[in-house]
Amino acid sequence: MRELTFVAAAREGLAEEMARDPSIFVMGEGVGARGGNFNTTTGLYELYGPQRLRDTPICERGFTGLCTGAAMAGARPVVDFMFIDFELDALGELFHQTSRIQYMSQGRIKMPILLRGCIGIFGSAGPHHSGNYYPLFMHVPGFRVAVPTTPADAKGLIKTALRCNDPVLFLEHKGLLNVRGPVPDGEHLVPFGQAAVVRDGRDVTVVAIALQVKHTLEAATRLQQEGISVEVIDPRTLAPLDTATIAASVHKTGRLLIVDEDFAPCGVGAEIATQIVDQVFDDLDAPIRRLNGAFVPTPYSPPLEAAAVPGVEKIAAAIRDLVAE
Amino acid sequence: MSIPGTVQVALYRQILLIRRTEEQLVRSYQRGLIHGACHTYIGQEAVAIGVCAHLRPDDLVFSTHRGHGHALAKGVPPGALIAELFGRATGCSGGRGGSMHLFAPEVGLMGTSGIVAASILQATGAAYAFSLLKQERVSVAFFGDGAANNGAFHEGINMASIWQLPVVFVCENNLYATEVPFASVSRNPDVAARTQAYGLPGQVVDGNDVLAVYEAAAEAVKRARSGAGPTLLECKTYRTRPHSEGMRDTGYRSPEEIEAWKARCPIKRLASRLLGEGTASESELARIEAEVQAVVEEALAFAESSPWPDPATLTDHVYSV
Ligand SMILES: Cc1ncc(C[n+]2csc(CCOP(=O)(O)OP(=O)(O)O)c2C)c(N)n1
Ligand SMILES: [Mg+2]
Repeated sequence: MRELTFVAAAREGLAEEMARDPSIFVMGEGVGARGGNFNTTTGLYELYGPQRLRDTPICERGFTGLCTGAAMAGARPVVDFMFIDFELDALGELFHQTSRIQYMSQGRIKMPILLRGCIGIFGSAGPHHSGNYYPLFMHVPGFRVAVPTTPADAKGLIKTALRCNDPVLFLEHKGLLNVRGPVPDGEHLVPFGQAAVVRDGRDVTVVAIALQVKHTLEAATRLQQEGISVEVIDPRTLAPLDTATIAASVHKTGRLLIVDEDFAPCGVGAEIATQIVDQVFDDLDAPIRRLNGAFVPTPYSPPLEAAAVPGVEKIAAAIRDLVAE
Repeated sequence: MSIPGTVQVALYRQILLIRRTEEQLVRSYQRGLIHGACHTYIGQEAVAIGVCAHLRPDDLVFSTHRGHGHALAKGVPPGALIAELFGRATGCSGGRGGSMHLFAPEVGLMGTSGIVAASILQATGAAYAFSLLKQERVSVAFFGDGAANNGAFHEGINMASIWQLPVVFVCENNLYATEVPFASVSRNPDVAARTQAYGLPGQVVDGNDVLAVYEAAAEAVKRARSGAGPTLLECKTYRTRPHSEGMRDTGYRSPEEIEAWKARCPIKRLASRLLGEGTASESELARIEAEVQAVVEEALAFAESSPWPDPATLTDHVYSV
């Protein structure tokens, strides 16, 4: 199978959908001729011009509200925030309006809008450019949240998102953008709400989010040599969240660790743990554990940044501890 | 306004310190010593120096992602700046922030920011506090042309105007926001014109002429300090390096345009004026150059020999206690 980078695969998905659906347009800072700060739209301006690849002033609240209106009136906007951190300037629009206009209109108005941006702790981006924020959107009714980790899923999920009539957060970890991987030829869609078991194992289930999936797979390979068999699950979408796949795995392994570089309180791990306890309490042979990033604004200096995130070593240690429980 | 010769020479030294420090940061970036973003202020130095010359230590400056010059102009030692970009414990934010998060409240630098337009509302709020607490202090918001299209700009200058707050808004219009020309995101080329809608004085200033900035800022700071309310200065200027180190600098502006602005270098202009009017001699300027070089070299050595932050301190200061 041909290989693409994560960002190229997502871009291919966007390009295919733009060709299919003339109501799709992209708004953001530098998404036109510049091709996006992270090359999310490279080459598309030449094909579709300024009306469908619209460079905006630096007014996140403004263009998010505008795109919400456009979605209400029959267009399908893609808001490209570059760093998802900048979306916070638009939260009032998103929570009050974008998320609940379908509900308030009793389903008569649809909200087909894609909100994309880079997430994650990576490369000394510091306190204003390292956010994850997905739990915020999981917490508010109305949003769908996709967090792909492979190029194939990036393409398949963005295409699904661009056919979905709900507001979708499409979150791309900066540490994954240039990762290469196989991408199927032809039409490729990945449904929402279907986790991927990315490694089979017997002894322990690890659910990992975004870049931590990559680190967890590496840790699992190491632990194999120590005789520990790790099953790794990538949820792929956090809303909807496929807990059935996780529960089935825990039924087999009896142990669950959730690895997430985002903060622990009220986070993805807390939600998964609660749901799994509800579903398969009797299958658990040990307490559910979480491994999260430190509860601190992301620091800049490399030794501090490294201390703030999980990673192969810490994941391996957490798995050993859990297996020893 | 006649600016005394000694003041002009002092401005020259300060403007040169920013330039030479920035040039050092560019070299350090190329050597891989700077870990995150690095937006240099090269070409715009006259703005920070001309404005901050009128500020007292307890006046407050709120800055942007392009804030090294504001930090130095407000009195952050070059060593603490360089060390911060190197991620060292001795940096002005202890390595926690890097270029876009410089903090030195002890000299009135209340932060550079990774979020565009944040300075405008915070400076307005600081001015509100001064007025509430009956202090004769002034706050300054530096921000770019890009920030002028953010809601925070409109909301901030309106509040400052209705409550006559002691704040000076300094828009550094360098014609681009990243690669987006201001002309493509504003029908009116002058940010200063927007003040008419909100009822505060606004003035276009040659941002590459430190004496012009100095004069305009003198008035604006005086107005604020005397309780006569806010002013907006729009300093027309230009960054002669890429938006951020390591980024491309082609495809959105022409080499000719860059060269034309380099010819208007604020440092060269001040030097030729000092020499032309006999305010300073060649040898005096050469001596200043050598002194500034020495300061920068010492700052670099300080940063390079500084320790890394201790990971055990990672979560210090998340809360007050
Ligand atoms: C709220 C927000 N949106 C977008 C960005 C990304 N960004 C960083 S700098 C910049 C351009 C800023 O332009 P301007 O205000 O003119 O300042 P200049 O870089 O020219 O000094 C943008 C869009 C950001 N940092 N914050
Ligand atoms: Mg600008």
